[in-house]
Amino acid sequence: MSEEMWINMGPQHPMTHGLWNLRVRVDGETMTAAEPIVGYLHRGWEKMVENRTYPQIIPLADRLCYGSSFTWSHLYCLAAERVFNIEVPERAQYIRTACIEMQRISSHLMWLAAVGTDLGSYTILLYGMRERELFLDLMVELCGARMTYNYVRIGGVRNDTPPDFERNVTRVLDTFEPRIRDLEALCDECETFRMRTIDIGKINAADAMNLGLTGPSMRASGIDLDLRRHDPYEIYDELDFDVCTHTDGDCYARYRVRMDEMRESVKIIRQCLEKMPKGPTRVKVPRCPPKGTAVARVEDPRGESLMYMVSDGTDKPYRLKVRSPNYVNLSASPAMLLGNKISDVPAIMGVLDMCIGETDR
Amino acid sequence: MDIDLSYQAMTMTAKQFGEMTQNFIRETAVATGAKKAIDKLTAPIWSWGQRNAIYPLHFGIACCALEMAAASAPRWDAERLGLIYRSSPRQSDVLLLNGWISAKMRPTLRRLYEQMPAPKWVVAMGECSVSGGPWYDAYNVIQGVDTFIPVDIYIPGCPPRPDAMIDGFLKLNRKITAENRGRFLDD
Amino acid sequence: MKVIIYDKPDKSEEEVAKAIQSKFPGTVEIVKITPRNIIMKVKREGFLDVCMYMKDEVSFEHNSCVTPVDYLDHFTVVYHISSYANHLMAEVLVDLPRDDPTVDSITPLWGGANWHEREAFDLMGVIFKGHPDLRRIMLPEEYQFHPLRKDFQVGRRV
Repeated sequence: MSEEMWINMGPQHPMTHGLWNLRVRVDGETMTAAEPIVGYLHRGWEKMVENRTYPQIIPLADRLCYGSSFTWSHLYCLAAERVFNIEVPERAQYIRTACIEMQRISSHLMWLAAVGTDLGSYTILLYGMRERELFLDLMVELCGARMTYNYVRIGGVRNDTPPDFERNVTRVLDTFEPRIRDLEALCDECETFRMRTIDIGKINAADAMNLGLTGPSMRASGIDLDLRRHDPYEIYDELDFDVCTHTDGDCYARYRVRMDEMRESVKIIRQCLEKMPKGPTRVKVPRCPPKGTAVARVEDPRGESLMYMVSDGTDKPYRLKVRSPNYVNLSASPAMLLGNKISDVPAIMGVLDMCIGETDR
Repeated sequence: MDIDLSYQAMTMTAKQFGEMTQNFIRETAVATGAKKAIDKLTAPIWSWGQRNAIYPLHFGIACCALEMAAASAPRWDAERLGLIYRSSPRQSDVLLLNGWISAKMRPTLRRLYEQMPAPKWVVAMGECSVSGGPWYDAYNVIQGVDTFIPVDIYIPGCPPRPDAMIDGFLKLNRKITAENRGRFLDD
Repeated sequence: MKVIIYDKPDKSEEEVAKAIQSKFPGTVEIVKITPRNIIMKVKREGFLDVCMYMKDEVSFEHNSCVTPVDYLDHFTVVYHISSYANHLMAEVLVDLPRDDPTVDSITPLWGGANWHEREAFDLMGVIFKGHPDLRRIMLPEEYQFHPLRKDFQVGRRV
């Protein structure tokens, strides 16, 4: 004898990290159907940018995803550069790559902090946020803002690195690298954390590929695919790094992939600093691009993000489409949720790293 | 109901009797000046309790939610001001709005506000909730939360730093002190 | 379990383009080939067959994005379909007449296209035939307009 019922989780729910609603049908404690409902943060980004000039869009692109704003403004500039047909100076490319990786680390730390509180360990939040501040301080030194940087420009970056920047980055990396182990110890040696993540929210490689999962969530299912290597942009083809994969496809594997990625990011930043050439950081850009279309895709901390830009020759884009990695990951979440207990929802959805600003746009 | 009806007390229902007694006590207290004296003593105590244990609703909307999280992290540690986030609107007294409000969210937000018990305050954090901010011409964003719920404190910035958020809550502290709510025999 | 590795591309861009073109000579028109990117135009009628062929024979495993664009006299739906094995992304353009914006849904082939198509329906009003659950996703159900169309004027709404 069992009776099925629908439960609403959200829009205001401690699990949601943003505004969205998860409707689950439960049979006893087991979920038998799930339906995420999004759109609570929809603001019409794609319509708004049709009324903005090209440089005006950069700060708006920052606010697409606040966890990793640098990657989004960078992606926008990458797409715009392909429409404008301009080459970015080499030094700017190195600075961008280093910043993207710093952003990746701070985004993953934010994710770890959020997952920690979801799974009942406030300590993980405290430690994760403490390390995150190290990287935010570097970004403050570089461009003056903590979260929404407005630093990338079409054709380069806004300003050169301040004096002593490289020394400070090296110091932060030296401090941070041993602390990754501490963060791992907080999770791995905690029995509760392991019980709530291992074998929870499983998805196999074929399903993950078909449902369009990208990023760490896909790599955790055993697909060795990273756009930084697969479709290299900036200077990633000159760098030496590993793509972190795991084969289990459960929440624990996704957590492991992200922790390993932080180590790889540290490696990448060090290489960038070593190889960084001298030279200009920005080129002059005409006001209006030629007619045409361009597409750019990068590896966001959350997955594959893509921008498709149509230009009609005026100073405003005709159409700018954003493919948000989280949007698709969220649409694939019912496949992970089904069959699990309702108490696993925070673990599964937390480990997906929700960012609703980019999902709803 | 007034005191003149007291001779009917035997025929009253319990509720009517209760109301009558309450009114009697209130009127006597006001007439004798006891209420004024007690207010002077108790109101500061009430407001001291209210301002030192501000429980905002755990309600992260957008960018500023990360600064809200950073404010409760080790560097700023907002908990020393009594800022403890509660997950249920029934247990919180401050609605901290940190992001843009879309047309789809508006009725839900209004309901959240109605669900919170009085006394309650609303803090609008960030440009989006103050005035619509960068989304001033978006078709789906409400231009400022004060168009549909009353706002006490505005914290401008896009996003404001955690320091600014803490400063906003200190301002709310001062506002609660000045309001001196929670008087004797008042709802 | 083993990790699926895509380290070397199987086929070059030209080979993939030629394979698709020779299979559907009347339907597919290759517009441009750039490194790791193929742009092709596909007629609306044969679109689903082309997609099925791309998925099953040329190993396009992943649907990245579905983008409707309003060109005032017609709609163009742009499908970004990536092939992991061949290290490339195909940009498939399908033109739809403005008075009948209907196209076959590719959700049965790539589950990742599900929400993209719902969003395209919601914001642009393109109808996907065969989609399992074509509802509004971003805007409230009672809205009557499709905001990304060029004839929708943005004003200050409060």
